[in-house]
Order: sequence, then C-alpha cells, then structure tokens
Amino acid sequence: MREFTYQRAASIADLSPDATIIAGGTNLLDLMKLEVMAPPVLVDITHLDLGGVEPEGEGLRIGALVRNSDLAAHPVIRRDYPVLSRALLAGASGQLRNMATTGGNLMQRTRCPYFYDRRMACNKRDPGAGCAAIGGVTRNHAILGASDHCIATYPGDMAVALRALDAVVEIDGPAPRKVPLSDFHLLPGNTPHVETVLEPGEIITAVILPAPPGGQHRYRKVRDRASYAFALVSVAAVIGTEDGRISHAALAFGGVAAKPWRDPDVEALLKGSEPSDALFREAAEILLRPARGWGEHQFKIPLLRRALIATLRDATGMETAA
Amino acid sequence: MTRHLRVDGPNHDDRLDHMAQGILGQPLNRLEGPLKVTGLAAYAAEARPMNMVYGVLVQASVPAGKVLEVGDAPGALAVIHDKRMVRYAAQGMDQKGPTSGPDQIEYMGQAIALVVAESFETARHAAQNIAVRYKTASVPVEPEAVKPELPPKKQSAAGNVDKAMQDAAVTVDRVWQTPSHMSAAMEPHAAIAEWDGDHVTIRAALQMLSSNRKQMADALGIKEQNLRLLSPYVGGGFGSKLGINAEAVAAAIAAKKLGRPVMVAMTRQQVFDLAHRRSETRQRIRLACDSDGRLTGIGHEVLVSNLPSSEFVEPVAQATPFTYQAAHRQVVHAVARIHRGCAGSVRAPGEAVGVTVFECAMDELAEATGIDPVELRLRNIPDVEPTTDRPFSSHKLAEALREGARLFGWSNRKPAGQRVEGEWMIGMGMAAAVRVNMLVESRARVTLNQDGHAIVETDMTDIGTGTYTILGQLAAEMLGLPMERVEVRLGDTNFPPASGSGGSFGAASSGNSVYLACEEIRSQIARAMSCDEVDLTLQDGMARAGNVARPLSDLIDGQISGEGHLQPGKTEKSHRQATWGSHWAEVAVNRWTGEVRVRRMMGVFACGRVLNEKTARSQCLGGMTFGIGIALTEAMEHDPRDGHAVSRDLAEYHIPTHADVPALEVHFLPERDAYVGPLQAKGLGELGICGAGAAVLNAVHNACGVRVRQLPATPDKIVAGLED
Repeated sequence: MREFTYQRAASIADLSPDATIIAGGTNLLDLMKLEVMAPPVLVDITHLDLGGVEPEGEGLRIGALVRNSDLAAHPVIRRDYPVLSRALLAGASGQLRNMATTGGNLMQRTRCPYFYDRRMACNKRDPGAGCAAIGGVTRNHAILGASDHCIATYPGDMAVALRALDAVVEIDGPAPRKVPLSDFHLLPGNTPHVETVLEPGEIITAVILPAPPGGQHRYRKVRDRASYAFALVSVAAVIGTEDGRISHAALAFGGVAAKPWRDPDVEALLKGSEPSDALFREAAEILLRPARGWGEHQFKIPLLRRALIATLRDATGMETAA
Repeated sequence: MTRHLRVDGPNHDDRLDHMAQGILGQPLNRLEGPLKVTGLAAYAAEARPMNMVYGVLVQASVPAGKVLEVGDAPGALAVIHDKRMVRYAAQGMDQKGPTSGPDQIEYMGQAIALVVAESFETARHAAQNIAVRYKTASVPVEPEAVKPELPPKKQSAAGNVDKAMQDAAVTVDRVWQTPSHMSAAMEPHAAIAEWDGDHVTIRAALQMLSSNRKQMADALGIKEQNLRLLSPYVGGGFGSKLGINAEAVAAAIAAKKLGRPVMVAMTRQQVFDLAHRRSETRQRIRLACDSDGRLTGIGHEVLVSNLPSSEFVEPVAQATPFTYQAAHRQVVHAVARIHRGCAGSVRAPGEAVGVTVFECAMDELAEATGIDPVELRLRNIPDVEPTTDRPFSSHKLAEALREGARLFGWSNRKPAGQRVEGEWMIGMGMAAAVRVNMLVESRARVTLNQDGHAIVETDMTDIGTGTYTILGQLAAEMLGLPMERVEVRLGDTNFPPASGSGGSFGAASSGNSVYLACEEIRSQIARAMSCDEVDLTLQDGMARAGNVARPLSDLIDGQISGEGHLQPGKTEKSHRQATWGSHWAEVAVNRWTGEVRVRRMMGVFACGRVLNEKTARSQCLGGMTFGIGIALTEAMEHDPRDGHAVSRDLAEYHIPTHADVPALEVHFLPERDAYVGPLQAKGLGELGICGAGAAVLNAVHNACGVRVRQLPATPDKIVAGLED
C-alpha cells in the first residue's frame, strides 16, 4: 500500500477531480494493499447524506450509500423488485454485503487474477502492457463483448439485476447527469482501463429504478461453490405472461462480459410468443451467436445457454426450480 | 523419574477403562475456547515486544534463474539478503533446515530477500516495489512436459496386473486427475524473532516444535540449545506448518542484524506461493475381477510433481497395497521434476486423493459388475495384509460398511438417474475410508502439587484440534482429578519434546506420553499408599486402596512429578496399523446447470479409543468438509507458462463454505487397538478426509449418470456429460 492522503468530504461540492472515493472499501482496500490501485488522495464519503430508499415518480431512488444488505432487505425492494434483492443476496458474503454500498458496487473492479497480480501484464492496470490472461488460466473470463486487449468480466451481481430493471445512474459533478445503466459500464475495445463513463470529479449519488415491472423475477447464479464465489454465469430475468404468452421479458446476464449483458433481439423474440423449449433454445442461440472464448472459459457458452433456458422455464411456470 | 515405553507388543489390559474419574472420552468443550473467542489466545503474530519492527518477504517474479542484484528500499530500515534464507519450507519431521540460498530461484514467488521497516505498511510497500535484477532461465512447469523419475522405494508389484486384466471377467481402466491443493489455514504463517545475546526466541506458527527446532538451528547455523520456539496457539496447520518456512528464518536473521525484535507475517497471497502445495496427481487405476466381483488385479499408477531439489513424493497409493485383496498388484509413483511451488504434506497426504480416486474406481467396478458397491467392498476385504501377510492391528472396515449402510438407509438407493425432484436429480454414494496409522516418539512431564493441582507440560502443539483438552482429560482421568484442577502447557521447546501435530499421530503419540508420566506419578502415590499401582483408585482428589482412603494432599510432600517417554516399537512392523471407516453422501445435481448440492453426509469411523467425543467429532467434520472440497470445489491452478499459483486468496481458492456443507453426521465404532500403546487410540484427524470426496462423486454419478474424473466436479464438467 502506498501512502495516501485520507480526507473526509464535507460535501459533494468538496470533491476534487483527483480524489478517489471510498465508501465500503470492500474492493478498493484489497486493490490498494496489492498496489493494483494506488490513489494519492482517498476521500471518504460515508458520512455524506447519500443514503435512503425513497419513492421517485412511480419508481424508487436508491441512495449511493445504501448498503447491499439493507437494500436486499428493504420491504419495497423485496415486494416490487425481488430480482434485485435476490441478486444482492447472491453476491459476496454477509460481512461484505454489510459494508458494500450501491454506488461502490457499480464501481467494483474485475476479478481477473492477472489484473490482481502486478507481476503479470495487464492492459487494464497498465495500458499497452498486453494481456497475460490470454493464454493463462481463464476460468472467470468473458465470452461476450471482449477484445484481444482484455477478456475480463465485470464480476458483480447487483448491477445485473439493475440492468434487467432498466435502472438509471444518477451522477453529480461539474455537470450533473443521469446515465442509463446500460451505458454506464464500457466494453474493453482497445481501452480496457476505461471501465465506466464516470469522469474525474464525478460521483454516483443514486440509482433510480423505474416503475415496478411486475411479472416473475428470477436471479439465477451458477458458481463454483454455493456461496462467496463469483458467477460463472448469471441470469437476471423479469418475465410477464398474459393469456399464455410472454408479455414482458427483460433479461440481463452476468459473469460473461465487462458489463451486465443484455440483448434486445432475445427479448424481441420472446415477447408475444408462447413459452416452449423450442422458443427458449432459439433465444439462447440468438444470445450466444456473438459469443466466443479465448480458453478454458469457453464452457460458459453452453453453461449460459442452459442457465437461460432453465431460468425461462422456471419464470414461465414450465418447471419449478426448487 | 521417566517412564519409558517402546511399543513392542500388544496391550490388552484396558487400563484406562478401569480408571475412576470418568472424564476421558467425555465431549468436553475446549479448555482454550474462551481465550480464542475473546481474542486472548495470542497467535504467532500477536505479540508486541518493545522496539519490534516489521519484515516483509521479497518474492521472485520469475520462475527460474539467479538473483543478480537486489536494489534499495527507500524508507526501509534494511534489506536482508542473506544466503541462509530458505527457498521453501522444510518437510514434516526433517531433521535439518530446508535448502538455503535464495539467489537460486526454483519457482515463481520464491522468497529472495526481506525488507524491514518501522511499520508493516512501509515494509510491504518497499518489498512490493524493490528492484531485482535476474538472470532468467527457461524451465518446465507442466507435469507432462518432462520425463518423470521413478523413485525405487515408491514402487511395488506382485504377480502380473496386465495378465489379470486380460483374463478378468470385468475390468476398469481409467485415468483421474486431481489439481494442486493448498492447506489454506486461517492463520497466515508468521514469526516474531527476538535475540538475547546468542540466544533467540521465535514465536511462530508451527506444528512440530522439536523437529522445527532442529531445522531452525541448522538453517541459522546456531546450537539447538540457543533456540527457543513458542507456538502456544496455532490457527490451523493442515500440513502447511509441519516444517519451518522462509518467514521464520528471515525474521531470525533480520532480528540479529538489526538488534531488534522482527516480525514477519506472510500476506495471504504469499501463503499460496510459499506454503507447500499438495501435488496435482494423475492416477491410472486398473481393476480386474471375476464375475463375482472378487478382485484379481489392482493397478495404481500415479504421476505427481515436485521441485527437482525436494525429495517429498505425495504418497498417493499409500493405502492401495492393503485396502483390498488381489493376487496381482502394482503400485507406481512417478515424479515429474518441474518448477511449480514446493510440494509437501497437505491434509492427509496420499490417501486424501489416493483413496478418493481409488474409491471412485471401485464404484465404477460395482457398476460394471452389477454388484452393490457396499457388497463389492465386503467381498474384497483381506484377512491379512496382502503381499506381506502381516496381521492387521485391528480391522473395522466391514463393520463400518455394514453399520454405515444401515444408518444411512443405503437400501433406499435407486439406480442411477431415477430420483428427480423438480430440476434436481438426487443420488446416493458411498466409499470406504482408510488411513495408515503412525506413532511418533513423544515425551511429556506431569507435575502433581500438594494442593491437588496437576500441570501437564510438553512441546506438543494444539493446532485447533483439541490437544489441550484431551491431554488434560487424560491427566485428570489417570490422577483422579476434576478438569479444573489440571493445567496443560503446550507449544514451548522448554518443555519435553513431543511428536508434534501431523499425520494424525499427535493425540495418540503425545497422549501416550502423558499416560506414562501419569503412570509414574500413580506409582509414587501407590508407594505412599503401600499398595500396588494396579490396586490404586484415584478419584476427585482421593486415593483409595482396599479400605484405605486418603486425600492426595496427605500423600504428597511438596510436589511429585513424572515424565513419560513413548517410542514406537516392533508393532510398527509386526502389524499393519490403520484406521477404518465409511463415507456416505446424498447429493442433488441440477440438471440444467450441473451445480451439486450435498444434502446429507455421514461418516462411520473406527480409530481406537475416542479421547473426547466432541473434539473427535469436530476433526471428522473438518475432514468430511475437505472431502467435499476435493470432490467439488478446490483447485489451485497454475499458470501454464510460468507455473505460478493463480488462485491466491480465499475468494478464488474455493474451500467449501457453510452453504456447501450440510449437517454432517459422525458415528464412532467402539474399538480398542492393542498394538498402538496403552492408550489404545489411533489417529483420527485425517481419516475423515480419506474417501469422503469419493462418496460425493459416486453420489453425483448415481444422481445424474455423469462420472467426473478430472476433479473437482465443477458445474462445467458436469454439464458436459448432461443431456440438453
């Protein structure tokens, strides 16, 4: 860990552009100990007034400092947005969820082991250095939207549910703005070190959920052990059915790309159709058409296909998971 | 007075069953439990001597070559770059220090220097950023990349397995692979060294102090008597603290050079680089049997790896020669000399992966013959040790199989793939448990004071297993004292040298020495009572013989003490000693995602006398949990280009979590083994691991029809065998 200046922000206006924000610190502190991140100035925002879950229009406004465990347990979230509650509870461990915040969780860095290991080349850590993951151990890497410069994934669960819920990220800074979560995380291309649209001097102040979508909510996370493991693949699903047909389908996928993945063609196929295994197989085929692996993690292609089919069967009542 | 015993023959007198206190075997809580949960039990890195400074190891960032130059460390007090620093840990029971000379790099991550600073953070920063110049070399890091060695002592054969395979009615011939495993003890390795003239005291996280002292004295080039090791509390070992490692050696060297106490604690990532790994294994198993399922041929050919300079060979097929009968047998251990981190003892070296894979093969043979897996095993239990014709000291496998089948409801098992609940396919599996038993020389001193308090002293360690408690129970039982009047002092080389904790031999070995010390005290009391020791009854601080009863305080002038000294003897050779058991598992496999959830798991174990039913059970729970890990979750992956450990923390190295482990059931079979010393107790710590994973994997097959032979059985490998 390098020496740094620790500050407590008195207000959002107080944040300097060169400051790195710390809230729960569940990821940042690990990265600082390893010197993968070495911010000269660390600004603690935990005492700013950025908490609370409040109605906003027909939806909800979730303050950036709301802890993962509080959000998962919030009665309105559990009632109206259960996919979010389930995704949160599928993430990390009880201790980590007690510390991790809504805004911080969106900023979680990848779990690519080569990113965490300063002996290894990493374009994300050191732009232009190369990617040691390619040709190495790639169990948790991306099959969608990756590039030859970086095959890392965004590892979180919460954001996958938020993507299926069409959440919007509220950002304060020199020019306050709102960014749909779909546009918040960036694919690597040839700049894998740029992971979000957040600019220096900007801060996430809230996440806004639109009106409750209704329907069946599922979060299915496939992982190497039953708890405290990152997703091999995950599926967040909000599925409405009317008169035996799918009326609403929102599907987001985790563990497979540098951002929570969503494919409008998949949802377009499902909407208006009768649930069937043939339909779900076709949906999976569309989803995975652009998929490719760089190594061992190619197994995620059939695994995601199966996870999607199982989730759709479950959400449409063709089969109960439990 | 010291009472010596070499275990040269059987002991049938069941002395401990005739003691009066009634405390041995009771499921007592751990004596030190309150200290641990309140943070008062100080582990190695939790002392703060005056003027202490912090050292952090500098690690090689290349897999092989030479260190040409180690740069400066701005802000640090010193960069220690000393030829006595060791390249890897000593193996368990080594009598000398491990290979020194850190400039010769044998694997990526090897410790090459130590940075010392006033704060841990400063030292870590400097160690992470110090410039090192290397002359690099190209070396093999994959086991398949080299022609393996065949150490002569690790091979055995009888008859002709090839021919048995040709002539057999039914055969199995398959290859399994298991990955490297890491002990992953909760407490990272750490040491604090402090010199006083020529004398050094090192607080360290170690399992076997008496051999650790020899290793450390040799590594530092000092006399053994000038070295004191302290390990009163150890936060788990699992083999990784059997031998001294780089952090303790470096701490001692630095403390001498700086004239100040030095602490060196490994980071979690360093533990994964520097602690011994269990070698990955490739195991070809050949089984040949007649149409009744009677084995005629057993082949177990193993490929493991280690560094070229390390002698340790994972004894994968250690139990294969005596578990089942067959006229034709072959065991091969081949070693690939490659440059991954040093391999050594990790949680039941040998059987943890060897029995697990072998018991998977037996399940495949059961399927191929159409014979029930329990019955198949029962038909192949030998009467005497095959190949040597030695008798067994005791043999409880058949009873463990029958009792387990009854308790688990084995008769309800259905053919593969026939139990479905929603998305989940349900299956049952079983496996035999077997582990070699060992006794190791051990000494202890027991002092009984006039006020009726006893003190047990030995350099034995308690690595979380319950040693404090069982040794206290033993003394309380033998001396007729309530538990609160016995104090147990461990983990200090100033005390008589014990076996240490490892290989499951700690409880029986050190327990026997405490027994002998107490026997010596009992003899002294008997003399005071003018009776024979066998006629003496000690209970609640009273001594009775015939119709004479006197309080102990009347019989003791000041204090009396005795030492016990146990040595293994002829029964080691005259009898095959082993512990036995059976494992049972019911699992659910998700038919879409291939996730496995263990629903029920049960173990039946015979380990001779049980010294404390609670701590014994806890040992089995831990072992069975590691069995789940071996079967389903644990893999330490190596980069294919430079061999470095890729999964280097507890988020990525998947020890089973609570959610992976159902309520585990443990049953003990009553047993007194006469050939293992007067305690009649055998090792238990590792038996719970040996074969546990096979019960899980065999249940996976029974659930969904998929055999995963490349462990662990993660979802990707299961779905590869499932229908769409």
